[in-house]
Amino acid sequence: MALELVKRPSPSRLFAALSPFIAFALTLLAGALLFKIQGVPPLAGLYTYFVEPLTETWSLHELAIKAAPLILIAVGLAVCFLSNNWNIGAEGQFILGGIFGSALPVLYPELSNNTTLPVMLLMGAAGGALFGLIPAFLKVKFNANEILTSLMLVYVAQLLLDWLVRGPWRNPAGFGFPQTRAFDELARLPAIDNMAGRAHWGIAFALIAALALWWLLRSTRSGFEIRVIGASPRAGAFAGFSSKRLTLFAFALSGGLAGLAGIVEVSGTIGQLQPSISPGYGFTAIIVAFLGRLNPAGIVAAGTVLALTYLGGEAAQMSLGLSDKAVRVFQGLLLFFVLATDTLIHYQLRRSGDTHGA
Amino acid sequence: MEHELIVNVLLTIATASTPLLIAAMGELVVERSGVLNLGVEGMMVIGAVCGFGGAALSGNPWVGVLAGISGGVLASLLFGVLTLSIATNQVATGLSLTLLGLGLSGLLGESFVGQAGVKLSAVDMGPLTEIPYVGRFLFGQDPIFYLSLLLVACVSWFLFRTRAGLVLRAVGDSHDSAHALGLSVVKIRYAAVAFGGACAGLAGAHLSLVYTTQWVENMTAGRGWIALALVVFASWRPWRVLAGAYLFGGVTIGQLHAQAFGVAVPSQLLSALPYLATIVVLVLISRNKRLTILNTPACLGRPFVPNR
Repeated sequence: MALELVKRPSPSRLFAALSPFIAFALTLLAGALLFKIQGVPPLAGLYTYFVEPLTETWSLHELAIKAAPLILIAVGLAVCFLSNNWNIGAEGQFILGGIFGSALPVLYPELSNNTTLPVMLLMGAAGGALFGLIPAFLKVKFNANEILTSLMLVYVAQLLLDWLVRGPWRNPAGFGFPQTRAFDELARLPAIDNMAGRAHWGIAFALIAALALWWLLRSTRSGFEIRVIGASPRAGAFAGFSSKRLTLFAFALSGGLAGLAGIVEVSGTIGQLQPSISPGYGFTAIIVAFLGRLNPAGIVAAGTVLALTYLGGEAAQMSLGLSDKAVRVFQGLLLFFVLATDTLIHYQLRRSGDTHGA
Repeated sequence: MEHELIVNVLLTIATASTPLLIAAMGELVVERSGVLNLGVEGMMVIGAVCGFGGAALSGNPWVGVLAGISGGVLASLLFGVLTLSIATNQVATGLSLTLLGLGLSGLLGESFVGQAGVKLSAVDMGPLTEIPYVGRFLFGQDPIFYLSLLLVACVSWFLFRTRAGLVLRAVGDSHDSAHALGLSVVKIRYAAVAFGGACAGLAGAHLSLVYTTQWVENMTAGRGWIALALVVFASWRPWRVLAGAYLFGGVTIGQLHAQAFGVAVPSQLLSALPYLATIVVLVLISRNKRLTILNTPACLGRPFVPNR
C-alpha cells in the first residue's frame, strides 16, 4: 500500500497544535527501543530520563539553568527562521557573547563594582550581535550563503576561545590550567534562591525574551514584515519591505540573544572562561525553535523538554550506566519526528489509487 | 632530501583532499537533481564510524569501506524519505540529519575510542613507484584516491554526456516540466540522494581508514560543510570541485606544516584557516549574483509534490 500526499486547502490547525506532541511520543517510542537494545528496561529508562529530574527541587533548578540558554537562543532563531534567514551559527555567537562579556572581569578585575554585571551582559549581547552580523553582512552585500558562513564561524569562535584561555587570558595564578581567573562576586549573575538550588536569573531573561518575541510578532511593524517576507519575499518586496534590512535585523537580534545566553552561562553557571563553555546549546536551540513551532510559548515548552534530555542523560548515565551520547541521538530524533509530523499540517496522507477528490 | 619532503607534502595534501572531493562530488549530483542535502557532515561521520567499525571487527579494510558506504546510503535514505516522500523542508531536514548523525556516531563509536584501527594500505605498483618525483604520487597512493579521480571523470561524463545525466539535470532545473514529460521526479531524486549518501559514507570511511586509522568523536570536524561550500565554489561543475578540493586540502596541510615548523602565529589561528578560507571563497564566488543564479540548479531546495 503506497501513500501519497494531497495538499490541504488550508493548513490544519489541529495538526499544527498536535504535531509536536506526536513527535515527542514517537521519540519516546524510539527511546524505549534504544533502551531495550542497550539492555535497560524501557520504562525505567524513560522514567529516569524524563520524569525523575522533575521530582526534586535541586534538579528543577538544574533544569532552569539548562533551559535558559536554549530558550534565549531559540527565541532569536525563531525570528531568523520565520524570515527565511538560516542562522545556524548560534553556537559561535554564544561563545563570542561569553568572550566579550568576560573581557571586563578578566582584564580589569580591579574595576569591579555594581555596574560590572550589567556592563558584562550588555557587552555579551553586543559581541554575539556583532558576530551574528558577519554572515548577515556577507549575505546582503556579497550574496554569500548564510548557512555555510554562519556555520564556519562556529569553528572560528571555538578556536578563538581556545586561544584566549590558553594564551593571553589564562589565569597567571592558575597553575597552567587553560582557564581565566575566577570571576569575583560582583561579576557573577546571582542565584534566584541560594538556599534551594543553583538556578540563576538567566531563566528570567529567557522568559522575558519569549514575551518580547510574542509582542514583536504580534504588535509591531517589524513583526509583520518578518511574517510577510518569510511567507513570500516577493510580496514583501511589493509592499516595500527591505529583505536586506530584515536579514541584518534578524541576525543581529538572534546573535545578540545568543551572546546574552553565552555571558549568562559564563557569569551565572561557570564563573570563568574555559576552553568549552557550551554542550552544543547553539545547535540544540535549532531543535527547540522547530519543536516550539517558532512561537514564544512553544519555545518555552520545547526549551524545557530539551533541557530535560540533558539532565535525563546525566541521570541515566549515573543510575543506569547508559551512555550520555544517547542524549544527542534523542535530540536528533526529536527534530526528525517534528519535521515529519509537520507535513501533516499542509498535506493529507491518502492511499494512492484513491481517485476521488484529486 | 629536499624533494622527498615535497613529495611527502603532496601526498598528505592528496590524502586530505580526497574525502572533501568525494563528499562534494556526491553532493554535486544531489544538488544537480534539485535537492539540497545539508546532512553531508552527518552522513560522513556515520560513514567514518561504520568504516572504522566494519574494518576493526572484520580485520579487513574493504569490509570497512563497504560498511562506510552502506552507512552513508542508509542515512541519506532517511533524509530521502522525509524530503522526497513527505516533502519536509530540505534545509531543516538536512540539519537534523547532521545533528542525528553526529549523535548516533558518537553512540555507535563509543567502544571504538582509543582502539587501534585497520589501515587501508596503499596500492603497490612495484617499480613504478620508484620513478623520481612523480612515482609515489601517481602510483603509490591508497585505492580510494584513484577512485576519487575516477569519480570526477565519471560524474562529469554522466552529467554532460549521457541521456540519464540530462534527465537528472532537467529534474533539477524544472521539476514541473520534468514531471509533465512523464519523468519520475521523486525516483530520480531518490537515486541522486542515495548516490550522495554513498559518496559521503565513502569519504567518511576514508577519514577513519586512511587519513587516520582511529575513531574520534566528531572526527569529520566540519569537512562535510566544507564539501557543501565546495559545490557552490565549483558552480556545480565536477572538474572545478577537483580544483577546489585540492585547494582546501592544500590550505589544511599547509597550516599543519606551519604549526609543525613553529611559525610565530597562534596554532588556533592556523587551525581556523580552512574555515576562514571557506568563507572568503564563498564571498568571492557569490559576489556576482547573476552568475550564481545562472549556475544554480533552478529547483534547488524546493520540495516537489506531484499535482495529480
